[in-house]
Amino acid sequence: MVLFLRRIGMRAFKFLAALGRASALWWSAMRWLPRLSELNLLIRQIYNVGYLSLVIVVLSAFSIGAVLALQFYTQLARFGAQEAVGVGLALVLLRELGPVVTALLFAGRAGSALTAEIGLMKTTEQLSSMEMMGVDPLRRIVAPRIWAGIISVPILTAIFNTVAIYGGVVVAIDWLGADAGGFWSGMQDVVDWWEDLAKGMFKSLVFAILVTWVAVFQGYDSEPTAEGMAMSTTRTVVISSVLILASDFLLTLVMYGDF
Amino acid sequence: MRARTIEISVGAFVLAGLLSVIYLAIQVSGVTAASEKEHYQVLARFDDVAGLRVRGKVSMAGVTIGRIQNIGVDMEWGTAVVTLDIFGQPGNLTTDTSAKILTEGILGARYISLMPGADEEFIQNGAEITDTQGALVLENLIGEFLTNLGES
Repeated sequence: MVLFLRRIGMRAFKFLAALGRASALWWSAMRWLPRLSELNLLIRQIYNVGYLSLVIVVLSAFSIGAVLALQFYTQLARFGAQEAVGVGLALVLLRELGPVVTALLFAGRAGSALTAEIGLMKTTEQLSSMEMMGVDPLRRIVAPRIWAGIISVPILTAIFNTVAIYGGVVVAIDWLGADAGGFWSGMQDVVDWWEDLAKGMFKSLVFAILVTWVAVFQGYDSEPTAEGMAMSTTRTVVISSVLILASDFLLTLVMYGDF
Repeated sequence: MRARTIEISVGAFVLAGLLSVIYLAIQVSGVTAASEKEHYQVLARFDDVAGLRVRGKVSMAGVTIGRIQNIGVDMEWGTAVVTLDIFGQPGNLTTDTSAKILTEGILGARYISLMPGADEEFIQNGAEITDTQGALVLENLIGEFLTNLGES
């Protein structure tokens, strides 16, 4: 029993220590805004985490939009309300699925890569040699990656939403034959740019911070062994997915909860 | 050359993001000049506005001619005070216009329907519509029905 309690205590301390290290990492990396001379680093990272995630985001968005439209259509057609597909599609995508699925994909595609990259740099002692040369690795390696994530995820979310709605249009209007006029006007009537679009984009910003923070920290904090890196990469995906879903619930509660 | 490709790709990526946001704002959420369309305000008092929402429709003969701008309550009289944004300039609604709260379909959203009057004078900015009929609340109707049933 005592052993058990001790183990729990150890775990709690370990968790607190990790949180402390993560906060310290965030603070020392994000203390400065990126300088103009570091712009090429930032652009390179946006290319790595954002541009290269485009393919998976676009493909998933199209399928998700198409599948949503198909499900909405078959159910709504029973009430003769096929035109409401547009409203349902837009609200579900802008408010929830767009930000959440994009962030999950980003965690799997780019977050894991970030962890592996920084972890390998640590394992091969590139980070310590940088320090030796008087270059701050936090500033040169960590900060541009975090900024790139924060910039890329909202952009990816916007692209995701657009493509998903296009996928829905292809299925509902072009294939199943819902009325295009009712589809669009119903959507435009109900969807509000602040309530739905802006709040969804804000969500994606929060997810971006969470995912990149977790990914960078796990890489920076990984044990410098092959095993340690594998664990860190797994942990990045697991922790950021759980954080995304949990914080999504909280954000929805705060933003849309009517109480 | 390689760095150049990366820069171009990132530029295209960011541009695609911006275009997506603009597309979502215009095509999906329908942001148009409508929000800045010329409008003036009219007040209306109702006994009950249950189910009415801010930004709801104000219509005449089924055509949207305004939006509900604000819903407040006058504690002294126990009535709801609804502020309506009517598109256009004052001079298109007569002073004896009446307002009713109706429901779109069976389960649809509540909206305000205006019925034109026959007066010569027009409602000015900030004036009040006096002839109003509040929302039908199902519970009240059932209550009345039951009392009537009990009496007869």
